[in-house]
Amino acid sequence: MADASTSSRGDLKLTRITKSYSDFNAVDDLSLTIKEGSFFALLGPSGCGKTTTLRMIAGLEEPTAGSIHIGTTDITTMKPYQRPVNTVFQNYALFPHLSIYENIAFGLRRRGIKDVKSAVDKALDLVELPHLADRKPNQLSGGQQQRIALARAIINRPALLLLDEPLGALDLKLRRQMQIELKWIQKEVGLTFVHVTHDQEEAMTMADTVALMHDGKIEQMGSPADLYDNPKSVFVANFLGQSNLIDGKIVDSDGDNFVVDLFGQKVSVLKSRSSAKDASVLFGIRPEKLRIQPSDADKPGNVLTGGRIVDVSYIGVSTQYQVEMPWGQEIMVFEQNDDGIPPLAKGDGVRLSWEPIFSFALDGHEDATAGSEVEVSE
Amino acid sequence: MAFLQAAAKRANSFTGKPSRLPYLLLLPGLAFLSIFFILPILNLAATSTQSPAASGEIGSYVQTFQFSNYVNAFLESREQFARSFIYATLATLLALAISYPLAYAIAFKSGRWKNLLVVLVVAPFFTSFLLRTIAWKQILGENGPVVGPLRALHLIGPQTTLTASAFAVVTGMTYNFLPFMTLPLYASLDRIDPRTLEAAGDLYANGFTTFRKVTFPLSLPGVVAGTLLTFIPAAGDYVNAAILGNPSTKMVGNVIDSRFFRIVDYPTAAALSFMLMAAILILITVYIRRSGTEELI
Repeated sequence: MADASTSSRGDLKLTRITKSYSDFNAVDDLSLTIKEGSFFALLGPSGCGKTTTLRMIAGLEEPTAGSIHIGTTDITTMKPYQRPVNTVFQNYALFPHLSIYENIAFGLRRRGIKDVKSAVDKALDLVELPHLADRKPNQLSGGQQQRIALARAIINRPALLLLDEPLGALDLKLRRQMQIELKWIQKEVGLTFVHVTHDQEEAMTMADTVALMHDGKIEQMGSPADLYDNPKSVFVANFLGQSNLIDGKIVDSDGDNFVVDLFGQKVSVLKSRSSAKDASVLFGIRPEKLRIQPSDADKPGNVLTGGRIVDVSYIGVSTQYQVEMPWGQEIMVFEQNDDGIPPLAKGDGVRLSWEPIFSFALDGHEDATAGSEVEVSE
Repeated sequence: MAFLQAAAKRANSFTGKPSRLPYLLLLPGLAFLSIFFILPILNLAATSTQSPAASGEIGSYVQTFQFSNYVNAFLESREQFARSFIYATLATLLALAISYPLAYAIAFKSGRWKNLLVVLVVAPFFTSFLLRTIAWKQILGENGPVVGPLRALHLIGPQTTLTASAFAVVTGMTYNFLPFMTLPLYASLDRIDPRTLEAAGDLYANGFTTFRKVTFPLSLPGVVAGTLLTFIPAAGDYVNAAILGNPSTKMVGNVIDSRFFRIVDYPTAAALSFMLMAAILILITVYIRRSGTEELI
């Protein structure tokens, strides 16, 4: 049997991959390089093409155009069973008729590898479930099945491990715990992990690099901090966390900064944080980066005055304010409850301030709501 | 009955007093089975050990606990017994060989035609069993579409006929019981999560290995159910042998038929019926044990 798992190692390279269905492109001319040994997340709302991309890497779908390489080996047309790639499926897809032991041993047996026993024992130890070897999958809890699915894939030491929403079926608490464990296991075994998820928090907690997908294309790719702090489009700004986006105009340039006019008030933004195409911008600032003070306070930095609190929600670690600005827009502010000062009240007049390095500017011609209302149901 | 007690106990925990509801719900079924199954079976058992009445009147028997009826009945009809099981086995194997690819194609490859194909499998049931069997007489007959081409290809001699033969009987049985094989197979194949098959491919199993290690084992409940649903009625069948066979293809069902209705030898017919039932029960018990699917049935 063709066994490429030992011969081809290296970076995964997708070159101009397209997957077309009769009426639309699920993946549209996508190019991507994933470094060997990294934890890479493909993030996006459902229907963005992330799962199709994963299935093409696994060999379960054939790309309409483009090529896929691992290192120097072209795997574009290889059958799934010929690829040095293993997958942890969304609903685990364990073999219901086989014991946990045989489930994990399946890949080794197919490749005719000797000494199955010690490898399976090691894999079971890695996921901390050695006592379940003789059970059948339906006797296990969701979390346990998830770990067995992981062990069944990892034992083969693939060049690439693909994870298709592996934590989607788990409850919140278990999911958080598995996120930490997955990250630890990835470090431990040193394999390249490609993780598909629609949960931005999951992607950001685990991955070294996150690619945010939208309509079959990569919207932006980078480290989690880079994507969060320096979004290049409205979709990224709204999909990852929350953003206040205010219509503005670049009116001046001042060293490393642009001066932006927001309904008559002047603020600044780093030029390196601006993806504006012309003077028209959407000025962005994250709610937790804003400071809120009574209107008579005096703080340096970027300031917007004339706000009025229309809603206050106290949620323990922080207090969330909705502040109505003079031009009618409501701005969201998250204030840490760490200073012992009682929260401000509804109706109070306030001013908002922030460090200029925390703001960003986007192309003002984009739809300011893109990416903000997707995936609410999941 | 353990499940009933469990159900009753569960009801207890809600109401605090013993619930008779599960037993009451069971009553109509139990009554029906007692009157129309258990009593007739006991009656049949009693008949099987009777001997002719002293009066010598035909069809009149008295109870004498003559167990030698069983030995005599078996010795007289062992050939037909053996034939029943051979024919039934052949028909079951043929039906399995035809149905498995059919059910597999319907379950995995038929796309939006799936429901239509399932209906087509069942469609023959809309005509009478007898009519369908008689039709095979025409199909395999001298002027039918089968004999001519086979003779032309010299696959059979110019004098060979297909009707009134063991071949015709087995063919008829295979055809008549085909849906009983196809439907359970389809049901169990259709239930297989396609992702487990993808997972097998992902774990280095090629198409054939995936079938051998995953698809087939997961369809075993369907195989077992289908073979039982085909084998049991086929072993007791007498219509196919009567319509498509000849005197030397008689099955045990034909013997029971003639003992009961023509010779009015009730004790022998009853003894044969019991032996057939026992033989089938033993065979399927061994079969289910061997196939390791007790928990699936």
